[in-house]
Amino acid sequence: MLNRRLFAAIAAFAMIAVSGIPAMAQDKSIVVASTTSTQDSGLFDYLLPIFKEKTGIAVKVIAQGTGQALDTARRGDADVVFVHAKAQELKFLEEGYGVKRFDVMYNDFVLIGPKSDPAGIAGTKDIAAALVAIKDKKAPFVSRGDRSGTHSAELNLWKAAGVDIDAAKGDWYRAIGQGMGAALNTAAAMDAYVLSDRGTWISFKNRGDLQIEVEGDKRLFNQYGVMLVNPEKHPTVKVDLGQAFIDFLISPEGQKTISEYKIDGKQLFFPDAKPERS
Amino acid sequence: MPESVDAWQLIAGGDATLFAIVRLSLAVSLSAVAIAVLVGLPLGALLALTRFPGRSAMIVVLNGFMGLPPVVVGLTVYLLLSRSGPLGEFGLLFTPAAMVIAQALLVLPIIAALARQTIEDLWSEYRDELTAMGVSPAGRVATLLWDSRFSLVTALLAGFGRAAAEVGTVMIVGGNIEGFTRTMTTTIALETSKGNLPLAMGLGIILIGIIIAINAAAWGLRLWSERRAG
Amino acid sequence: MMRATPSDLPLALDGVCLRIGSTTVLDRLDLTITPGAPTLVVGPNGSGKTTLLRLCMQLVRPTEGRMSWGGRADAGQGRRAILFQKPVMLRRSAAANVCYALAQIGYPRHLRAACTHELLDRVGLADLAARPARHLSGGEQQRVALARALARQPEILLLDEPTASLDPAATLHVEEIIRTAAQSGTKIVMASHDLGQVRRLAGDVVFMVRGRVCEQATAVDFFDRPSTPEAAAFIRGDLVL
Repeated sequence: MLNRRLFAAIAAFAMIAVSGIPAMAQDKSIVVASTTSTQDSGLFDYLLPIFKEKTGIAVKVIAQGTGQALDTARRGDADVVFVHAKAQELKFLEEGYGVKRFDVMYNDFVLIGPKSDPAGIAGTKDIAAALVAIKDKKAPFVSRGDRSGTHSAELNLWKAAGVDIDAAKGDWYRAIGQGMGAALNTAAAMDAYVLSDRGTWISFKNRGDLQIEVEGDKRLFNQYGVMLVNPEKHPTVKVDLGQAFIDFLISPEGQKTISEYKIDGKQLFFPDAKPERS
Repeated sequence: MPESVDAWQLIAGGDATLFAIVRLSLAVSLSAVAIAVLVGLPLGALLALTRFPGRSAMIVVLNGFMGLPPVVVGLTVYLLLSRSGPLGEFGLLFTPAAMVIAQALLVLPIIAALARQTIEDLWSEYRDELTAMGVSPAGRVATLLWDSRFSLVTALLAGFGRAAAEVGTVMIVGGNIEGFTRTMTTTIALETSKGNLPLAMGLGIILIGIIIAINAAAWGLRLWSERRAG
Repeated sequence: MMRATPSDLPLALDGVCLRIGSTTVLDRLDLTITPGAPTLVVGPNGSGKTTLLRLCMQLVRPTEGRMSWGGRADAGQGRRAILFQKPVMLRRSAAANVCYALAQIGYPRHLRAACTHELLDRVGLADLAARPARHLSGGEQQRVALARALARQPEILLLDEPTASLDPAATLHVEEIIRTAAQSGTKIVMASHDLGQVRRLAGDVVFMVRGRVCEQATAVDFFDRPSTPEAAAFIRGDLVL
């Protein structure tokens, strides 16, 4: 009967489809909890195939905000964390969840804003003064609001500018609780200011009327660190493979590879691993 | 996925990454529907044909669960499958299997609730005849399932549509890992966050096209075979 | 083909009442159905004919009184079949509907196709065997249901106004099938309010009014010497309330 055949076909289709899943699994693989800014900048798309070529290890990247990435690692669901919020990272180490932290690279944050520049800060170099101007003009500002590394950096900058953002925030301050790309999309749609890492900004395609307003301030420095999750907390951590990834990142070869990642001829990340393994 | 290409170029060029993503999406959603059918149809039949204390409450809950928020299901499965969770030892988090489990949970109430309704309606029609013919309980279930197969296919498609279209659970429990757990919907979310709106939109159109094609095929087969079987 | 199933006859009702809520559908029925010529259950609409047939099929149970089938209080899966006034076709072909009934009595699988064909041929539907049963006309569905009932090789065949929706030619055909079944030993219990049909088929008559058996007699006695004024009025064609 035809209907039996139809049902058999549907069932067979499902089974063939399922059979494809194990084939995609990797024997040698690690899970790296990292940040949306690293993923959205395209660095992993460039870096990981090179690492796999060299070692045969597949790296599965979970891109989350730094806070969430550290939580994923705390739960034992990642082998390595690769994030950029030093204070949070040190707390993670203190709690015993990480083995050791290594500096890997840095890029910098840039303050993005609309070409109309209602706060009148375009081209200035003092990020603190720029933020004060935005607050005083109540110019629209998009905050990540997601405990990410960029969010932490933003909060630190408000502090450095002497602004108590919890008290000062109003309609003009929009905390969206999403990733870097989403924040840029939102800023483009609202003609708002937003703090972004340079890598995501360079590779971002939906810029609308946005441009860089403030850059080059030392306080915009954005350090990335990498840590192996402590196998004493979570015995399932793949110590050898995870350490191999970390060793690669801080090796001269890995550092050179990072420095060679460019978009439109612009270098996005600047390696700064310390030879003695800080 | 390469930059500065649009979705049509990807299709026309037979882009391998794109096909891997489409394949994974279909594999995950179809497997989830298959599991939900295996559990949901018997569950629906049981609720339709038996009377026990708490049955009404169960039906209300089941009907309500048709609208389960995907993020909540995702979070629940995440906490269950996490290394720190009760099922952590299996190491399923951030794998396709986790996505199948989460989507199956999402789809199960839809299939069970619609099957319950369909089978109960048909049972009220068939009750006298089947009882008079002395059909055993198992025979009743088989007969009702077979004779309501056209309506059940609609339930199945509703379930598949929900699974294929959702992003909340697969993002949380799959982790959107490139080449491993990246599906159509998580790719669209990712490309959107990269500001690559044309590519995201193009992928969205492909996804809608696939869902419509599957529904059209099922609908055509249904019309054709219904004409033959009544 | 004899099966081990014990006989359901005589089928006895002893003080049977059926109440649904505060409504009394059947009121103190005392009735014995014995092997032999067809028993016709007659009476106006709402007199309880259908419910009586459903009781005999054990689709409903009495709220008071006792029933027995061949002396047993529980009929089990006996050799009974029923043709409902509005039969429900399974969503399959006419042949598959008949075949389904054969499967239920455990008829040997390899003989089912031939038997199905024979049964459909008996009810004059051999040409429509492959058609979806639900797409057949009301009269055709009635005859598929009759074939389905006969497939059970019933000892008792309960029929609820089987010719109500048929034209005279089809009615004649169905009555012929019923008569043949009766002659080959099947006990026919049939509800009807067509007095002509009762005259043509009945061996004895159960006359019901408002949920009670008003009169039970042989067909000859019922028509020639009705013992109650209601029966007399019904036979004359007067309205019986």
